[in-house]
Amino acid sequence: MKARYVYAVVFVMAVSISASAYASELPETSIYHLQVELTDQHGTTQSLDTYRGHPVVLSMFYATCPYVCPVLISTIQRMERKLSADERAKLRVILVSVDPETDTPEVLSQVAAKHRIDLDRWQLARATPQDVRKIAAVLGVKYRKLPDGEFSHTSILTLVDADGVVRAHSAKIPGIDDSFFQAISGIMMPAYDQK
Amino acid sequence: MMVLLAVTAFAAADDFRGRMATVGPGEFHSVIPEGKKDAVIDIPVFQLDQRPVTNGEFLDFTNANPQWQRSNAVRLFVDASYLSHWETAIELGPDVDAEQPLINVSWFAATAYCEAHGARLPRWYEWEFAAAADKTHADARDDPLWRQQILNWYATPGSKALSLVGQRAENFYGIQDLHGLVWEWVADYNALLVADDNREQGGADKLKFCGAGAISMERKEDYAVLMRVAMLSSLEAAYTTQNLGFRCAADLSEGSQ
Repeated sequence: MKARYVYAVVFVMAVSISASAYASELPETSIYHLQVELTDQHGTTQSLDTYRGHPVVLSMFYATCPYVCPVLISTIQRMERKLSADERAKLRVILVSVDPETDTPEVLSQVAAKHRIDLDRWQLARATPQDVRKIAAVLGVKYRKLPDGEFSHTSILTLVDADGVVRAHSAKIPGIDDSFFQAISGIMMPAYDQK
Repeated sequence: MMVLLAVTAFAAADDFRGRMATVGPGEFHSVIPEGKKDAVIDIPVFQLDQRPVTNGEFLDFTNANPQWQRSNAVRLFVDASYLSHWETAIELGPDVDAEQPLINVSWFAATAYCEAHGARLPRWYEWEFAAAADKTHADARDDPLWRQQILNWYATPGSKALSLVGQRAENFYGIQDLHGLVWEWVADYNALLVADDNREQGGADKLKFCGAGAISMERKEDYAVLMRVAMLSSLEAAYTTQNLGFRCAADLSEGSQ
């Protein structure tokens, strides 16, 4: 519960790109140093560390993507099904749109419904174009808009631990990347939990 | 977020604006066209710093925003060589001139600097458009002599001390040092994917890039500029190098004219 308290304090203090005031609370490489605003499928605004305290899988996508993005979502869901119920309950997922203009909360909501996404643990989010660039920079995702309105982007899954430190990346979709899956289940080990 | 950061901007913000030049509107052929090979890129009017950001200017920024001093900046945003040419976190030291272009700066730090001034990093197309100009032409890229001048810079040894900013002739827009001094970050450094259009082909590449590719390199004679694209696409946002700096840009409507 201590983590939750810290999180609440951090949230209030989140006012600049690098709020050094709480930098000591987080490991230096935590992606939660990045101060960006995410608006989820309900239209609720949160910071990137909304799931702090949980292992989180993050990736980037866009709703009108015809081929890869549905595969991306189903790949994560298949990985989730391989976890035990307890493990699955701990895992969180954040998908950030590279197309904030099109991907309104309504559109994101439709994507969630279509893919039967568990919105208790998943968040589909958009952010300002500037913030999307920063999130991509932190996750190592490359993307650009194409003239036909589609986006070219690298499909990378990133796993962060409870403090937002990157534990694994995977560019392997579809199919389950064994080492990425091992990293997820590794992070769920009881020893890690007591931290 | 930009609004919040702008609150911490300096009293000198107006002076900063004064040092920007207005560029465009215009259209041109990029070395990395969108879609079709001969696609014309539209450039809305924008403002661009006349010179690269200097050590002195960045020191003012880190003094006002200590979270960006090299001793405080977190590893998520900067690598180990961030501002390493300065004597200390708060002093340039005798070997560093305040008027030299800033180097050893990450994309995150450069972005934060520009945002603190109510500005942003230029997008690649904006940078490329402004850098196509010589003294008298908006687009001098078909002039072999001018291209050779640029290439000569790449041929000079990188070990020489960096000259001060503003020593070279102003280009068509009154902008200096786009070529010949340092490489420069752009906002969309991670958008410069270079891949053949393989949306028709399917297969593995199609899975790696959603709506894959559609980017090809054109204007092969502009290889000085193509080298920049290759260099920029190889970077991560926390990287710093001793020949990579930046300058800021702004939308014309955002600021004073």
